[in-house]
Amino acid sequence: MVIDIILNGLAASGTYALLAVGFALIFSVARILNMAHTAFYMIAAFLFYITISFFKFGYIASSVVAIVLTVLVGVICYKLFFERVKEHEQTVMIISVALAMVVQEIFSLQFGGTYRGVDPIIVGFCEIGETRISYQHIFAIISIAVILIATWVWLSNTRIGNAIRAVAQDAEIANVMGINDRHMCVLVMTLSVFLAAVAGVLMAPIGMVHPHMWTQPIVVVLAAVILGGLGSIGGSLVGAVILGYVETIVAFLLPGGSFLGPSVALMIMVLVLMIRPEGLFGVFFEEERL
Amino acid sequence: MISYMQIGYGWIRQEIFAQPARIIALIFFVLLLTAPLLTQDKQYLTILTMTTIFAIFAMSWDLISGVTGQLSLGHGLFFGVAAYVAALLNLNLGWQPWLTIPLGAIVSSMFGLVFAIPALRLRGIYLALVTLTFPLIMSGIILVFPDFTGGELGLYGIQQLSQSQNISYYIVVLVFCVSAFIMYKLSDTESKFIRTGIILNAIREDEIAARTSGINTIRYKIMAFVISGFFAGVAGGLYCHYIRLAGPSNLEMFFSFQVVLWTIFGSIATIYGAVVGVFILYPLTELLSLFEFGDKIRFLAFGVVLIITLLFMPEGIGIWIRDKIELECPRCKLTNGFYRKKCRACRAVLSPERN
Repeated sequence: MVIDIILNGLAASGTYALLAVGFALIFSVARILNMAHTAFYMIAAFLFYITISFFKFGYIASSVVAIVLTVLVGVICYKLFFERVKEHEQTVMIISVALAMVVQEIFSLQFGGTYRGVDPIIVGFCEIGETRISYQHIFAIISIAVILIATWVWLSNTRIGNAIRAVAQDAEIANVMGINDRHMCVLVMTLSVFLAAVAGVLMAPIGMVHPHMWTQPIVVVLAAVILGGLGSIGGSLVGAVILGYVETIVAFLLPGGSFLGPSVALMIMVLVLMIRPEGLFGVFFEEERL
Repeated sequence: MISYMQIGYGWIRQEIFAQPARIIALIFFVLLLTAPLLTQDKQYLTILTMTTIFAIFAMSWDLISGVTGQLSLGHGLFFGVAAYVAALLNLNLGWQPWLTIPLGAIVSSMFGLVFAIPALRLRGIYLALVTLTFPLIMSGIILVFPDFTGGELGLYGIQQLSQSQNISYYIVVLVFCVSAFIMYKLSDTESKFIRTGIILNAIREDEIAARTSGINTIRYKIMAFVISGFFAGVAGGLYCHYIRLAGPSNLEMFFSFQVVLWTIFGSIATIYGAVVGVFILYPLTELLSLFEFGDKIRFLAFGVVLIITLLFMPEGIGIWIRDKIELECPRCKLTNGFYRKKCRACRAVLSPERN
């Protein structure tokens, strides 16, 4: 039971962490509240499903195709829709919701509302104590960890990573220092869609692929980002881990827990915000303080 | 007698016929009141009634999120809770709609108090996301007690608003007119009798400045939440008695977003914008669903129309139209029709572009 909870929680929180970090990045750098973020996760999962089931590509080839195409779609969406109305924060949010809806409708037109699964790529499982865990889960957990660490190292140690963090702190001053903040926004959009796409490709063989798979993660991701504090990437990671584990524990221990999982996770977020309005690791920007 | 009529006619000419936006509003209300004369088709009347109910809901969202600036993404909570309360009272105690709808609205205005608690500490995006979670928490609770709340199917077999289609329609339209009047007056900055409009707008623009000018912003924020919750509850009660169903679909995230989409499409922070948005977008999606092909693409069409409109009119369609048909006199701030070269009161030259 305990090992069950630990491993399942690790898989759930890993996916949420990948999504939450991307969401927090694009919000803190470009000030875009991208509600379509998990729609990109869904696009990647669907493209992966299509390439692997219809075109019979290999695992590596289809994941590369899915990720590259999703990143392209993301950047095109950014250029076409978000960049033009970036000044109106609410309009950006509404456009991203509408975009996610359009993506959802296109997929349900083509594939219907049925739940589809992708066959596991790495077959087999190992036993820890009395718990079975498939190699697919282990592979997903390890690759999520590798990608998160790589992103962290890249952001904190390279020249471009420094530039991105500078834009996140203060776009105008960064611009004065010679950083092209518009280019940085496009770059961060690429990175954030890339992270979402990786999450989609890794989750497709474990979970289900269906046109409504974006709604539940976006709520948890929003909650995680808020819980950790907007503008803090490490915070959003911690928030995602907390919420992922809470959801898993509730689902395992309470009767009717699968209904209550998101509710309890969200209640914890609300309670934390009541006590600490800026989130666990958040800092208030001067103009946003009450 | 005749002189009174002349004064009355003069007033109407000054206040309505000289301002194109008000002519449109007048035509709109006349059409709304005479709609059953124009068509007796059940489908169209149902669509129109639902549109009117959702217009009340959208206006209540606009009052709190547009005018007062407390962005709420969980407005479906008020709607859903009122629908459930009205349905439970009607089914278990057998009370009539005229009693259950106000009681449901009162319960949902209590929930407005709950919403106001985070609003006292949080603002902007943080508040939006906390409010987003409330209906989701509520729907989790509802699904856990299926015996009492009907679970995923919801409650059905609720008493109809009235036996006749036309009387139901007129009840809804009457409630719409009254609540539109109240909410418009509450948000009207130029009103000479009520100060709320200017205070709520001040809270949106700069809460600290409002507080330094001696306004008890906490009291007004709570008041705005309670009033907004009340009208959303009225809409929810009417809805559950009209379609005779109260289900968890009203607590879904999409339902709360829908009202935001309608209002921002129509123009935020202008009460009438909410009405414009609902009366364009809701019939569009519903009329599409009458056709076999259209039913599949209706949400696609909804999203595409929304994206394209907002790309070219970022402030929404209501303000865009108002700017096209009305000019504000630079000297005396009176509104004039777009066809005028000089102001109708002070003869100042009107420049074609607004600042």
